[in-house]
Amino acid sequence: MRAQFVMAEIWIGLRRNLTMTIAVIVSVALSLSLVGAAMLLNSQVNQMKGYWGDKVEVSIYFCNKTDQKNTNDTPNCASGEATQAQIDAVHGQLDKNPLVQKVYTETPAQAVVNFKKQFPDSPLAPYVTPDSFNNSLRVKLTNPSLYQEVASQVEGQPGVAKVDDQSAVLKPLFNLMNTAQWVALAIMVIMFGVTLLLIVNTVRVSAFSRKRETGIMRLVGASNFYVQMPFIAEAAFAAVVGAVLASGMIAVGKFVLIDMVLRKQITLISFIGWGPVIQVMPLLVVIGVGMSSLAAVLTLQKYLKV
Amino acid sequence: MIRFDNVSKTYPKQNRPALDNVSLEIEKGEFVFLVGSSGSGKSTFLRLILREERPSTGEVHVLGKDLAKLSNWKVPHMRRQLGTVFQDFRLLPNKTVGQNVAFALEVIGKPRGTIKKVVPEVLELVGLAGKQDRMPGELSGGEQQRVAIARAFVNRPMLLIADEPTGNLDPQNSVGIMKLLDRINRTGTTVLMATHDQAIVDQMRKRVIELDQGHLVRDQSRGVYGYQH
Repeated sequence: MRAQFVMAEIWIGLRRNLTMTIAVIVSVALSLSLVGAAMLLNSQVNQMKGYWGDKVEVSIYFCNKTDQKNTNDTPNCASGEATQAQIDAVHGQLDKNPLVQKVYTETPAQAVVNFKKQFPDSPLAPYVTPDSFNNSLRVKLTNPSLYQEVASQVEGQPGVAKVDDQSAVLKPLFNLMNTAQWVALAIMVIMFGVTLLLIVNTVRVSAFSRKRETGIMRLVGASNFYVQMPFIAEAAFAAVVGAVLASGMIAVGKFVLIDMVLRKQITLISFIGWGPVIQVMPLLVVIGVGMSSLAAVLTLQKYLKV
Repeated sequence: MIRFDNVSKTYPKQNRPALDNVSLEIEKGEFVFLVGSSGSGKSTFLRLILREERPSTGEVHVLGKDLAKLSNWKVPHMRRQLGTVFQDFRLLPNKTVGQNVAFALEVIGKPRGTIKKVVPEVLELVGLAGKQDRMPGELSGGEQQRVAIARAFVNRPMLLIADEPTGNLDPQNSVGIMKLLDRINRTGTTVLMATHDQAIVDQMRKRVIELDQGHLVRDQSRGVYGYQH
């Protein structure tokens, strides 16, 4: 295999087919950035769900030391921090309730660990101590819509500070993000289709414009690999350029949308950092090159017979 | 070198076979003319040897190998032992004479050193010494066909197949090409040449195989173009 000769042939092919090559690059870049966006949306959703996110529907917080001084918010805590006996009593009631599927306990110490995991960048992270958190029970229901029945059972019990319907807060947001993810996936599928058609057409035109060369190659006994390689390499090259462009678009998108806008306006949500973005980039290259090479190989089976 | 055993070829959607039960053998070192009118099956005959087509029935052996048993990926290696020349030269117009010949070696992965050595040698053999850097468009038809022959012969094939190599040339250039093919034949390479050129066949007095509507109608050593009565 003469690398220099092959590279020269690829370069000639790309240049001769410049407009089509540009079309392929743009098309690959667009579809891959949609792939990347869908992946990042997915990691954003996972990040927001956090540790308890889709495991529980009801959170029961018990009084801690500080709640006693702040009886406006938590009138039930006037008698001070909830005792272990009070916690066990509520836990026991929940265990007997047929609507309850499972009860998890979270101590303040565990809550600190989970907080730091979910908000590693938070300016508060170094200052949180177990005292900032409550003992809590996280309850998974057999039927989430019957939340109210469980809540009313434990609300107002001694030591119970607050009962939260977790899903009520997060569900609409998750629904929105899930919808966005599906929309991105749907557009991605269409874009992929368009991209594949474009690659097939480009390879076909390229093969046709070099019919003379490939005819002579076959005549003198060049192997299939040697005859087809330049076309596949052309498609792969366009895909690499497209993937690099897509990576750039995603990075810019993340920076502008999340870092410049959303992070400043919505402080409650933990947004994804650069980690997932950088993880997505090599995947885009692999997907792009794999997809376009495969399209090229299949096209050549049909248009470049031996 | 080449053996056809009861070979027939019928193309899809055609009633009449392009070749009908042809059996013959061509020995190593022979010079053979393949004659017949258009549609007589000459092209099919050559395409079967190059394994661009497969016979409907019968067996084709080339260089001692049964082509039916040759797997697809081995076909390129088989073709490296054959040289092919066509009526339309099939040169690459944007490459020089030397590059055209070198192309045949590059695409089968020959090392650069070998290419640099053998290309001028073969160009000298075909009478184009010093024209290595000319473009094909600057050459006469006869010279272009010499480039094509150089390209076909640069690998020193056992068998040279020429499909109407003089079809686009005037008589004077045709004679030059025939002398060249004869010289190549004398080096031991088997030459199989399909032609319509009556004067050449009559003059050379080599073996003549004639096809008519797919049938082998004549196989005559030291023959002429038409029947001798």
